[in-house]
Parts: sequence; C-alpha cells; structure tokens
Amino acid sequence: MSGSTSGQGNPLRYHSRIRQSGTERQPETHPLTWRLRDDGEVVWLGEYLDKDGYQSVRRALAESDPQGIITVVKDANVRGRGGAGFSAGVKWSLTLQGGDMPRGYLICNADEMEPGTFKDRLLMEQQPHLLIEGMILGARANNARQGYIFLRGEYVEAARVLNRAIDEAREAGWLGPDIDGSGFDFDIAVHTGAGRYICGEETALINALEGKRANPRAKPPFPGQSGAWGRPTVVNNVETLCNIPAVILHGADWYQNLSGNRTGDGGTKLYGVSGPVAEPGLWELPMGVTGAELLDRAGGLRQGLRLKTWLPGGTSTGFLLPEHLELPLDFDSIANVGSRLGTGLMMAVPEDRGMVSLMRNLEEFFARESCGWCTPCRDGLPWVVKLLRDLEKGQGQAGDIELLDKLAADCGPGLTFCALAPGAAMPLETALRHFRQEFEQGIGKVSGDTRGVPDRVAADAPANNR
Amino acid sequence: MATIHVDGKTYEVNGAHNLLQACLSLGLDIPYFCWHPAMGSVGACRQCAVRQYKDKDDNKGVLVMSCMTPAADQTRIDIDDEEARAFRASVVEWLMINHPHDCPVCEEGGHCHLQDMTVMTGHDRRRYRFNKRTRRNQYLGPFIAHEMNRCITCYRCVRFYNDYAGGTDLGAFGARDNIYFGRYAEGALESPFSGNLTEVCPTGVFTDQSHSDHYTRKWDLQYAPGICHQCAVGCNISPGERYGEIRRIENRYHGEVNSHFLCDRGRFGYGYVNRADRPRVPEWTERPGQEAVTLGVDPALERITGALRQARRIIGIGSPRASLESNHQLLAMVGPENFSTGIESREQACLAMMNRLQETSGLPTPTPREIERHDAILVLGEDPVQSAARLGLNLRQAVLSRREELAEQIGVPAWNAEAVKTLGQDRYHPLHIVWPAPTELDSVAVARHALAPDDIARLGFAVAHAIDPAAPPVDGLDPASQERAGEIAVSLLKAARPLVVSGGSLASEAILEAAGAVARALSRRAAQGGLVLIRREANSTGLSLMGGQTLDWALDELSEGRADAVVVLENDLYQRLPADRVEQALARANTRVVLDHQRTRTAEGADFILPAASFAEGSGTLVNLEGRAQRFFRVFEPAYLRPETRIHESWRWLHTLAAGLRGEAPGDISLDLATRACAGAHPGLAGIVDAAPGPDYRIEGLRLAREPQRYSGRTAMRANLDVNEPRPPQDTDTPFAYSMEGYSGFDRPRQQIPFAWAPGWNSPQAWNKFTDEVGGHLRGGDPGIRLIRPQPGHREYPDPVFDDGATDSSGLRALVLPRVFGGEETSARAEPVRQRMTAPVVILARPDAEALGVRDGDSLTLLGVREGDSLMLFGGPDITVSEQEDWPPGWAGLPAGLLPGLGQGATLTLGKPTGGES
Repeated sequence: MSGSTSGQGNPLRYHSRIRQSGTERQPETHPLTWRLRDDGEVVWLGEYLDKDGYQSVRRALAESDPQGIITVVKDANVRGRGGAGFSAGVKWSLTLQGGDMPRGYLICNADEMEPGTFKDRLLMEQQPHLLIEGMILGARANNARQGYIFLRGEYVEAARVLNRAIDEAREAGWLGPDIDGSGFDFDIAVHTGAGRYICGEETALINALEGKRANPRAKPPFPGQSGAWGRPTVVNNVETLCNIPAVILHGADWYQNLSGNRTGDGGTKLYGVSGPVAEPGLWELPMGVTGAELLDRAGGLRQGLRLKTWLPGGTSTGFLLPEHLELPLDFDSIANVGSRLGTGLMMAVPEDRGMVSLMRNLEEFFARESCGWCTPCRDGLPWVVKLLRDLEKGQGQAGDIELLDKLAADCGPGLTFCALAPGAAMPLETALRHFRQEFEQGIGKVSGDTRGVPDRVAADAPANNR
Repeated sequence: MATIHVDGKTYEVNGAHNLLQACLSLGLDIPYFCWHPAMGSVGACRQCAVRQYKDKDDNKGVLVMSCMTPAADQTRIDIDDEEARAFRASVVEWLMINHPHDCPVCEEGGHCHLQDMTVMTGHDRRRYRFNKRTRRNQYLGPFIAHEMNRCITCYRCVRFYNDYAGGTDLGAFGARDNIYFGRYAEGALESPFSGNLTEVCPTGVFTDQSHSDHYTRKWDLQYAPGICHQCAVGCNISPGERYGEIRRIENRYHGEVNSHFLCDRGRFGYGYVNRADRPRVPEWTERPGQEAVTLGVDPALERITGALRQARRIIGIGSPRASLESNHQLLAMVGPENFSTGIESREQACLAMMNRLQETSGLPTPTPREIERHDAILVLGEDPVQSAARLGLNLRQAVLSRREELAEQIGVPAWNAEAVKTLGQDRYHPLHIVWPAPTELDSVAVARHALAPDDIARLGFAVAHAIDPAAPPVDGLDPASQERAGEIAVSLLKAARPLVVSGGSLASEAILEAAGAVARALSRRAAQGGLVLIRREANSTGLSLMGGQTLDWALDELSEGRADAVVVLENDLYQRLPADRVEQALARANTRVVLDHQRTRTAEGADFILPAASFAEGSGTLVNLEGRAQRFFRVFEPAYLRPETRIHESWRWLHTLAAGLRGEAPGDISLDLATRACAGAHPGLAGIVDAAPGPDYRIEGLRLAREPQRYSGRTAMRANLDVNEPRPPQDTDTPFAYSMEGYSGFDRPRQQIPFAWAPGWNSPQAWNKFTDEVGGHLRGGDPGIRLIRPQPGHREYPDPVFDDGATDSSGLRALVLPRVFGGEETSARAEPVRQRMTAPVVILARPDAEALGVRDGDSLTLLGVREGDSLMLFGGPDITVSEQEDWPPGWAGLPAGLLPGLGQGATLTLGKPTGGES
C-alpha cells in the first residue's frame, strides 16, 4: 500500500502529477497527456470533447470494421504497457469472433499493484475519458459486449472519477446502445478489487472478476479463446488502451515516428522515477529514451547520494547497474541485458542502501502476494524470505546463498504456473549476481551488520524487524 | 495414436492424452500430485516436470510440466534429465517444508502417495531450518478425520469434492503458503461421496475415521476382491481385515462400474460385519420367549432336520441381499414351488418388468462408465444419488461432459480440467428430473418436475408420445404437463445419445412402463440411447432372474396354514411388509429357521438361527443393476482367530441341511459347485460360472495372495490362544491364499486383484499399474459378465395403466423416499452411518400442512398406517414437518428406513404429538 502523500490541499489526499508543463505537452507529441490540466483537476467530458475527445470513436465506428482497427493497431505495433510488451494488435487478432461465437468482454487491467508503479492512476484520476475512448475502440475491434475496469481497490479516487465519467459518457451516448448512431453497443462497469497483486495477472484477474479465487489460469486457452465466463475476452492495461485513440486518429506511421530513431518500438511511454531522487514523478516521453535522460528529468539522485543500482520498471524486473543507464528504455534493449522494461517506472537505489534488506523487503511482498496455487511460488518464496531474514541478521549459514541461487532458478519462467514467481526471481537473481558480496557478509556473523552504511539505513528499517 | 520419444526410446501412445498420462500408461514413472486420472490436469504442483525438445535436432530443450503438455506426435522428452530431476527434487523439498513428517503416527503411512513420490524423487535430507506452520483441524463428521498439518496444497480435495462430485461445503481458504482446505465451520461433510477424499488426498489430511477407530496399516490387512452389498450398483471393493474384523473398505478399480470412486454408504457402511451381537454359533429357542441356547453344528443340524422333517410343507424365503448360490441352495432344498424370493409383490413385479424392459425396450443398458458419455438424460421417478449413489456421480459426469465437447470445438483437450470448466461454465447436457423431492442433481438439471407417482408415469407416457406419435397418448393431461413433455421430448431427440433413467424406488409399474415407452420411442426414432433401471438391493436383479414367489405369497401360505415351516435366508421380513402381517404369518409356523449374519427382528423370532457369512467371510455371486454377474470372495476365515465361531456361507449350511432332510450324507460342496448348480438350474443365470476364475486359477503356478508381502505378525496373531502357530486356513473354494505367499504383482494381467500394490506405489494410485491406460480398463479385463442382453425385434407400446386407484380421502398417502444413509438395512446397522442419518422428516405440501394445523419445523406423530386391509397403530417417533413448495398435495414424503415395512402409497394418519410429557 502506498503510504506516500503529497501535494496541495488535504495532505492525506494524494494527487498523482505529471512533471511536464502544458506547454511541453502537445497533441502531436504527447498523445497520452496533452489534455491534462496543469492544475491537476479532472478533465471531464465537456473539456475532453473540446480537446478532440471521442473523435477516434466517431471515425472508427463510421469508417472501420473491427478488422480495420486491428490492422492499424497491429501496424502501429502498440506493445502492452502492463509490462509484458506483447503486441496489442496481435492479441486482438487472436480473439475469437464471428460465426456463432458469443460476444465477449473487454477488460481494462487497472489493478496497478506493481511496487513503484503509479502511472495508470494518473490517467484514470485526471483523464478518465481517454481510457473510456480507448475501451470503446478495443470493444469494437474485439466485438466485446461489455467492458470492465478491474481497478485496484485502494484507488478510491480513480473509482470515483471513472464512475462519474462513465455516467457522463453514457448520458452523452458514448456508451450504451447504438453508440454515436453506429448501431454498435457497449458499456463499461468498474469493478474494484480487494487488493491482491496477483489480480494484475490477466487470468487471475478474470477469475477474481468472476468471483472466484484469484488463481491464474493455464494458457492456452488464452482469454481471447475462453476468458471471462468462458467467453472471448481481451485484457489490456490502462496505458495500452489510452494509446489507441491517437493511433486511430493519426495512423500507424505517425505513432511509429513518435519515438524517432531511438528504438523499434513506437509511440510514447509514461515513464516515471521513484526513490531518493530530487524530483520523483511521471513524464510522457518518446519510447526509448535512455535511463540517463529519465534520471536527469528527475533531477538525479538527491544531494550526496550516488546511484548503486536501479530497477527499470517495477520490482519484478531485474537490477541494472549505472552503466546500463545509456540504454534506451524499450522492451528489447532492457531484455537483452537480463532485465525487463516492465512498467517503465524506474526505481533508483542509492549506494547506501543494503541489498539484503532491500531484497528481503521485496521478497516479503512477493511471498505474501502469492496466490498459493503452484508449489515453487507458494512454498519457495517464503523460504527465500526466511533465508534473507537470516542473512540480514548475520545469521546466514554456509550454503544459503547457493540455496538462494537455486530457489531463484527454480522460480524461473516456465517452471511456475504464472509470471509472479519469475518476477520475484529476477530481482533476486540479479541482486545475487551483481551484489553477491553483500549477501556473503550475512553468513555466520551473528553480530555483523549487512545493511551497507549502518546509520542511515538502520533508521529506515522497520522497528519490528524480528 | 501418436509416436513419442522418451529417454531415447520410441513409444506409441494415445495422442489425446497429455505426456503424464501417456508415460504413466506406458508404465513409466513420473512423480505427480495434483493430476488425478479421473480429474485431469491443472498444473498446480509442478512435480511432473520433464525436459521437452523441439525436434530431433534440439539438444537444449526446456522443462515443461508433463501433465500440461499434449502427447502430440513426435514429441521428444527426457524424464531422466539431470535438471528435470533436480527440479522435481526441489518441488518435493518445498512440499515437505511444512509437512509434519509424522509418518510413524500417520494413518496414511504405507498407503501414501506423498511417501511414494518423496522416495521416487530421492528427497531424503531436510535443508529447511525454520519453523513449520501449523494448523487447526476440524471435526468433519463420523466418516472423515482431518489433519491439515499434513497438507501439501495439491487442491485435489476441492477439485474432487466440488467440481467432480458437486459438493458445496468444502473449500480452499486463504492465500500464499497459508491455504486451508476445510469447511467454513466445523461439521459433517455433506456430500455422500466424501469418503473418496481419503483416496484422492495424496497424503493424510483426509483419512477414514471408521478405519481410525481400529487402525491397521495397509500392509497388515488381509484382502479379497469384494463386491459392495449396500445397493444394486455392484461397486468393486477391497475390504481389509485384521484380527477377524473388517477395518476398512477401499475402492477396487473396475473400468466399467465404479472406476476410482465409491459412495459413503458403501465405504463406511461395513460396520454391521463387526457387530458384537452377530450370531456366531447356531442358536436354538425351544419355546418362544425362552432364552436361546447355543448349539454345535451337528446338534443344530440334527435338530433342524428333525423339526423340518415333521413339517407338512416347508416354505423357503430367499433374499435379494444374499448371493445367488445361497438363494439357489434354498430353492433346491424346498423346491421351486415352495420358494419365495422374499421380495414384496409390487417390488417383485417392478423387478420383473425391469428385466423385461432391459431386453425389449429397444435401448441397451449402458455400464456406469458408459452413462458418462450420454448427452441428454431423463430421470423418471428416481433419485439416483439416494438409491444408487455411485450412479448419481456418473450421471453428474454425463451432464458435465458438455464442457469437454465445447472445449474440443476450440481445441482445448479434455484433460485440461480448469480450462474445460472455465469454458463450460454452467453449460451442461440437459438433465430432466421427474421426482417429487429435491435431489443432489438439481443444481445441474434443466428442471425438476415435482410430481406424484402416477403423474410421473403420465408425464413419461406423454414424453413417449411426443417423441413418437405411434406411442399412445395420455388422456386428460393438463397443458402445463403437455408442454413439459414436449420440452423433454425435444431435448432427448436433439441428443445423439439420450439416456432414460428410472427404477423401482416408487414401486410403480406404471412409471417403469412409461420409462420403457420413452426408451422404445427413442429407439424407434433410431436414437443411440440407453436405459438404466435402478434396483434397490445388491442382488435384486440376480434374484429376479432366478425367480420365485413373492414374499406376500409366502406369508399367505403360512398364515393360511398351507405350510407349517419356514426357512428364511438373510432377510429381515419386517423391513419389507407391515409387522403385524409378518408376525401373524411367522406365528402360524411350527418351525422357523433363519440364516443370517445379523440379529434382525426376524432372526430374534426364530426357533433356530444359523450364523451366516457376510460378504467378509463368504463368497458368492451377485448381479448388479446392469445385469452384470460379479463374484465376491471371502476376506478371512473367522474360525482361525475365533475358533468358537461357526460362521459359514448360507449355501454351505443349506446344502448340508438339504442332504440331512433327504436322509443322505452331505456330499461335496464348494463355491464352484454351488455356482455351477445355480447356473445349471436357471438358464438366465447360466453365465455366472464365467463371472470369475475358479479355484484352480493360478498365475505362474501361484495362488493369488490375500496379504501384502510385508504382512506382519502372522506367527504371533494367535499367540493368545496357542503359542504354536497352526497351519493357515486352506481355501479350496477360491484361487486366493490366506497368506502373503502367492502372486500379488501387476505385470501379469488379471481381473481379480485383492489389493493394489506395485513396487514404489503403495497408495491407491497403484491402480495405474493395473490398467491398460490410466483411467482405462484392467489389463486383464474388467471383472464380471453381463447376463441381460437386449433382444432384437419390434414390440408394441403398452397401453398406459396407472396404479394409484381410488384416492383415500381419510389421510395422506406415504411416499417413501430412498436415502443413502439409513435407507438400506445392513449399512444402517453400522455406527458411522447411523450418525449420518438425518433426523426424521415428513415432507408435506402447504395445504396438507395447513389442514393438519402445522407449519415448517413443527412436529407430527404417525398415529396409524393403513395398507389394504392391514391397519397398524403407532405411537411413533416425532417427525419434523418440512413444507415443500412444489410437493404434490395428498402425499407425505418419509425417508426410507424410518418406518420399516411401510409400503409406498399406504394411507397415513398423522397427528400432533400429545403435548405435555416428553
């Protein structure tokens, strides 16, 4: 749960903010955020329509069939912004439709629970209609009859905003029967989750939506073949869906060119930085900016701190070193150095932060959030946590680090039922690789300290540190 | 078929299987937990990892879960791969993290899939040095003991209980490493199939509480192939004995009848065998009311022959819960003209009709396994879960199998269990139930039509007419019923394999005739359908094939003085006809001989009791409701451990008695001779000789061992009686030895398997070693032989006849509802089943309740019962009123077994309990 609060007015009320001014954010270059207000207030329907809102829906319903939409999205190569980077167009093209296939569902994955990630809430809290617009296009492309926004339970503000926006859109005829006179009908409901990380896994999300245990489902069959209530279902991330309207309006080439020649991936990305940096926050930047550029935007590390390592996109990605900052932040470049772009929200770790306690903290999260379905995740991760706790206290035993190596390897992709455990294994594996010495210091020194620079970190450590 | 390559060898396998199924079917060992042959794959435990290569040039490969990977043609895998082996060892290590390692005190020990898999993967050193998480356990009723600490979270229990068996009161709670399988609150598990959890659970979380009460390790039990005697399905069982007691009933795999599962009546209803009050030596009561004295075998036989020789005429009353051999010996002793089946007349008429319909309805009778392949079902006047529980499970699978068809359409294999469930949701094959009371299958049915017996028959005839206009119409049918009939007819006609299920529970020939008419109509429309007819007792079908007079006839012969002696075989007549009628008839006889293994009311009124063998001490043949003759074999010799007992099979007693009556020395008798005598005398039963191998059957020159190789304590077992160990009992009747010496392997195909064991496979999963493919058929063929075959030829429809005659306005009519616990005489004498019997309830329609001045939850007392001329007065127990909205007015629903001898349709006088004293 996010404890951080900031901003104006009620000090308990958090406002996500974009760090770019309105003058920088232009329609041609910032398709996701150009409509956002500098004052951080919600862009409601009237203002949204003034800013070309729902024009993509009007055009697509009038001019394109589902296949046409899919083709443009496929050509634009919109890659999934939830972290996996799978082509949205390809995903849509695999949805079963036509014939006697029942119309299924379009689900927006808004269960943003990846630690260090806070991009979707900005889009939902301040610009709900862009998501609705994207969902209508997705529904049209996939012949979905009903949309669901599966929203992280703690996002109460987003729930309030989305529900009001959906009412607005329905009243104005952008949702419901016969949208914009096209004969196409579609509506959206907001479903707030009860707060489990696993609900961000698309099939676990579907199970949760159905009211079942939030265990992932085996794939194949993919949701496009048999999803919610056994019907063809598409699950897309908030940011992915928010990319679609501009792609429809301006075309695949325009979208591709947004990133210039930085990367093969097109479009822009809502990047962010957290950690002890001067100005943590969010920026919409061309896909493929380098880590260094992004860190610059955030003003670098706070006074006196030096970057030790960083996570490129949430805690389920692998640790990278300062030397990797020159790489473009795109899916393939980051994958090539043994990590993942993930959500694209960088987490900076300073030199004075001990890796053992940091990993213990992360793995406690992953172990706690395991759904309990498959063995490596359910029983392997708690063992990782206990080993890390011992290492943290200097009570590690010979062989513990090799055991952690093996546990990380055994939780790798393909060995577990879903991607949760591999997501827990990747930071562990990379931390063990890059900072092995810190872990080794935790072996057999009962009174030792493994927390890097003691005075600073000890103050941060939880009091009940067992 | 598909060709796959495993560890460098090439095999032909079923391409519709996954790799785990395929490899296990080949006899290759891959460890697994969450997969189960009857429940498919879910990929949860990750234990069955193997290395799969893309093609023959790929030498890297990736680890895959064999249970989630299709056995596609040219798949190449290595089971014996270093990394795969290491990963599998890791999985067991994780599973054992919180396991209590309490094998020495765990009742699953020696029977435990987790033990087997741990040994198979070679995990033998513990590296986890932290505390284990511990659990509270729940009270789950008299059948199942709960020990959650042992759980390895394979999810099999909830998958069986909820998905397979339709239970609703067991769930998975919590998340991460804190998953709890139990009920939301303590209490008895409600499903009548809960006992299967003891075999489905791979370790000791769910164990057999009745076994626990007199626990013995699996390897210390003595077994024989048994047939469950608790209903007419004929499930194959492995009863296990130690120290002269049956200590546990386990499922014995039969590919066509019970597959992997039993019902709880069959599994936990064996306690009557162990009752202390069983007759164990012959007893003689010189004058009614006097104390019985015990007799030796010879004096008893002398006295009985002496008494019977005095008789002018002896009536023999057989029993549908006794073997064919015993019934035949009785028939042969008294002569066919003096033999009664011991079955009440309406039930007997129904049984005869069911045999006839099975031959002439035009539709064959599917085996229970085949039931699961039918795609539209009409249940007409039966409640299968209560009357033939195991069939209820088959019917449920048939209804659910729609999901597999839907899955196939989008290329999802049937074994991908969760995906199949997801896709199917609540789309089922149509099931139409016509039955007055709620049933366990209602939740998967299109509709249940609550009708009175005659209206059930009317609806059935109307369905037949709607299917085939040549079938006679039903006069005066109301439009609503007409519409229902049309809907059912359309649904059956649309199906490729429609199934009609009916039976004798309501003792209505009209209902059966109607079911037969529907079957005939379907067969005329060339449908590939089936007809299943449910009989009540273990050998109802067999006895009806043998034939004999009704019990009513026998009582009349006695009460009218046309006979003065009666020999009753394993039958409590008070369960079948009103007590006054039975009492009066028996009182007229001069000599009453009862052979039974239970001290029934009939036995207590006898002059002589001969202690008969139950299925535990005796062998014989039963015919189940498919018409399958199956042999059961004695598990142990009671006199070995209790030399004072004189228990013998009834056929053996009767053979000797008959010789005595003829004044001859008893000749040889053996199981084989008894079976052959029966087969030779009754053409319809000629096939029973081939139902099982004879006493000379040997494998590799060996008898078949009744005891596992590790059976311990044999030399000390009788040490309390005599320190010299006598020669073990010799079994000349069967091919089985009372010993661990003999064949007990799996590599030579055989049908008769007392217990399943294979090296490395101690749990019930060992059955996979005996089948042609996992979940398939025994490699030696499934036991038993079908006796009833459909006869070719066109037959006319019967004219609808309804049998409810004039309604009696003076009271409500009894509608006796079968029930799984308490509805069967012998299992109702077993303690755990007694505990699971529901409190007595009378179901009433609202107007009838109002007329009686009672509401739901109030109490009523049964004051009197009138059946024909017979009137009985009760001061019976208080019965709780249950008002049911759609219950047919004029009828009072009462659970079977509550009032023994109460006939369907009897007129009841109900009144409020006289208040004040309690």
